Amino acid sequence: MFPGLDIMSSSQSLASRRDVLIGVTASLAVFSFPRAAIARPSLEEALRAFTGGQPINDGRVKLDIPPLLENGNAVGVTVDVESPMTPQDHVRRIALFNEKNPQADVAVFHLGPRSGRARVSTRIRLATSQTLVAIAELTDGSFWSSRANVIVTLAACIEDLS
Amino acid sequence: MTARALINAPKTARKGEVIEIRAMIAHKMETGYRQGPNGQMISRDIISHFVCTYGGVEIFSADLYPAISANPFVSFSTIATESGTIGFAWTDDRGETQTATAEITVS
Repeated sequence: MFPGLDIMSSSQSLASRRDVLIGVTASLAVFSFPRAAIARPSLEEALRAFTGGQPINDGRVKLDIPPLLENGNAVGVTVDVESPMTPQDHVRRIALFNEKNPQADVAVFHLGPRSGRARVSTRIRLATSQTLVAIAELTDGSFWSSRANVIVTLAACIEDLS
Repeated sequence: MTARALINAPKTARKGEVIEIRAMIAHKMETGYRQGPNGQMISRDIISHFVCTYGGVEIFSADLYPAISANPFVSFSTIATESGTIGFAWTDDRGETQTATAEITVS
């Protein structure tokens, strides 16, 4: 389906050369993009910071995003969480995180019993093909999440103006 | 600087009904990760916080990051409880706030 991906697996012998190339590219990046080079937390670290180390369960959250995108500059995302949204049992926060943008955070939405329905939409930027995570915090302190893989052909965020 | 804000909320609703509110504001949401033609980084300038109030009480808020698209759009729900004003406030990195309002009649 995606012929470009085969290259990665079929070139074991080129591994050392590739490592050198990656090293060179990385050091160049350090010099040319001082701000972007500040190591961003990984997706898992960002999730842990959000949950405070609490376990994350799969389910209850529906992350709706097109799987294949032409343009990463404005991607419609909808997050839907199964919840009765009563004062005793509702969604407190819904957060979105990404894997490969320059910054892991996308947005944090604060909801309450007056929301009526735990559903939010927004439009986001994606720098490259990557995984997105939606995570919801409920009133009982539990965390629920859902992931989506997205393929982006035209990236956002890091393009230069010239 | 006042930017154009677009609000889409029902003008009338039945009491207890869940209504959807959509809000957008014109803003470039400069990420701080782009280089200008002179090779200098373009400094970050984004709307970082959005709040919606209903009858003066906060019902929804959002923390936004550079990964939100230009002209940030947010859609969410609330329960129509009373006739009154729904207020919207967008705050940028420099702490400047822009507001908009919508009236709703609840029967």
